[in-house]
Amino acid sequence: MSTVTTLTPKPQAELKAQVNALNFYYGDFQALKNIDFPVERNQVTALIGPSGCGKSTFLRCFNRMHDLYPNMRYEGEILLYPDAVNIVSPQVDPIEVRMRIAMVFQKPNPFPKSIYENVAYGLRVRGERKKDVIDEKVEEALRDAALWDEAKDRLNDLAFNLSGGQQQRLCIARALATDPEILLFDEPTSALDPIATARIEELVSELKERVTILIVTHNMQQAARVSAYTAFMYIGQLIEFDDTKKIFTNPSSKLTEEYITGRFG
Amino acid sequence: MSSIPLKPLSPPLLEAGAGQPPAAASMRRSMNLRRRLTERGIEGLLLLAALVSVFTTLAIVAILVWESILFFRTVPLIDFLTDTQWTPLFDDAHFGIIALLSGTLTTTVVALLVAIPLGTILAIYLSEFAPFRVREVAKPFLEMLGGVPTIVYGYFALLFVTPLLQRFYPDLPGFNMLSAGLVMGIMIVPYVSSLSEDAMRAVPMNMREASYAMGATRLQTALFVVTPAALSGLASSYILGISRAVGETMVVAIAAGMQPSFTFNPTEPAATITAYIVQVALGDLPHGSIGYQTIFAAGLTLLLITLLFNIIGHILRKRFREAY
Repeated sequence: MSTVTTLTPKPQAELKAQVNALNFYYGDFQALKNIDFPVERNQVTALIGPSGCGKSTFLRCFNRMHDLYPNMRYEGEILLYPDAVNIVSPQVDPIEVRMRIAMVFQKPNPFPKSIYENVAYGLRVRGERKKDVIDEKVEEALRDAALWDEAKDRLNDLAFNLSGGQQQRLCIARALATDPEILLFDEPTSALDPIATARIEELVSELKERVTILIVTHNMQQAARVSAYTAFMYIGQLIEFDDTKKIFTNPSSKLTEEYITGRFG
Repeated sequence: MSSIPLKPLSPPLLEAGAGQPPAAASMRRSMNLRRRLTERGIEGLLLLAALVSVFTTLAIVAILVWESILFFRTVPLIDFLTDTQWTPLFDDAHFGIIALLSGTLTTTVVALLVAIPLGTILAIYLSEFAPFRVREVAKPFLEMLGGVPTIVYGYFALLFVTPLLQRFYPDLPGFNMLSAGLVMGIMIVPYVSSLSEDAMRAVPMNMREASYAMGATRLQTALFVVTPAALSGLASSYILGISRAVGETMVVAIAAGMQPSFTFNPTEPAATITAYIVQVALGDLPHGSIGYQTIFAAGLTLLLITLLFNIIGHILRKRFREAY
């Protein structure tokens, strides 16, 4: 089954990544089936679909998170522009990929360190030693993650003392501090209350100015609110990929329509 | 979900046997009684089991304290703490526990210098680096190391490690604290590594994922994220190691010599508190003599040291409690 789309292909200059015929296997189980899909630069692209459809699995291909576990295999390619490197190729070091593509997880997962050290972690891992450089980057990242005003007087407090929503913004700041090219969000608000969720959504919309965003979400209103493009996945396949407006008002595929109108999923 | 009207239970229905024919009700009641009695009986047995250990501990402490009180009637506490000689069985008797404490302290420090780094590195390797297969093979071997009788370690130190050390350092006496401490350290490694590994493996995967997602290597993740997160577990494994080293008897009794002397030089022979107790307990000391009572005074000192470390361990655990 090929993906339904009404979009005309964008010129490569406007793309941040291009997924071509991507298959992914956990052992013998094929979790992703032949996915083709462009990621436009400085836009938010949402991935929706019922539980178990493979959207998180797909997202975790972008930073090679699967490499942490045994018995898995990628086929096909995800080309990361501008240098068109295939980031799922076994010849490419996953650490190189993760240096360029950052991730925010479903559950806020700060390190058992201070707020400051959490944000500085990526810089330290990259070998940055100069305190003034790190100070500057930490402040900038916390400002970008809309956490600076709340955190500036308690930078040395343990990150666990923050509220859930603040912790998630801290995780966003941590990811931003190293200037990633793509920021992956894996259901970033599913553990948060509505107010904290609204702040994160606002943040996602603002951040697209400086980073390309891919977001997995269970919440269809969220996809409609924050994204320019939406991909609908179902049992490992990409069913439909289109303008978010088109997907939510006039989907081409019957399956997409049934899902977004709540008839299954 | 459609709402199912819930009928409130009327109080009599909650009582067993109510509203049933009298025979059935009485049967139900006798079953209830039997069940209650069994339950009580089991509870009593469990309580008894718990009390046995509590009672044993209290009895040990009571005897130690009682005999020590008798000891301190003869020997002033100040002599016990400040004298640097321990010769309770000589005509010119001295009761300076420091002479034994220095031996205990020195062998313990040597042992920990081996056990803590080695145990921690091993734990990091097993929890963060080792492939599944390696871990499955290495762990039973490590546990076996912990199961070797300590007397075997003692002779290993005396007959293998000491001659080995003497090749590099010919002046080393046949009995010395260095070789006893080194072997004791190796003996303690499994305790430290196994507890530390458990603590590290208890660190949730999502914290490791967060680190890897930032582009960290395995080593960076292990050192900067997993180790700090497991700190309280690591601390308690070290405390356990210290307690083991302080209380270890056979290795030091065999390999370090039994000559009490106030020295912190590991290349010299010395006696530890435990080695002294073993030595004296083997002799035929008359019951109630001062020599007999020294055993209890020394034992109480040992108990206090262990207690101190347990308290430190408890504080450390609370202070660095995992909060994930």
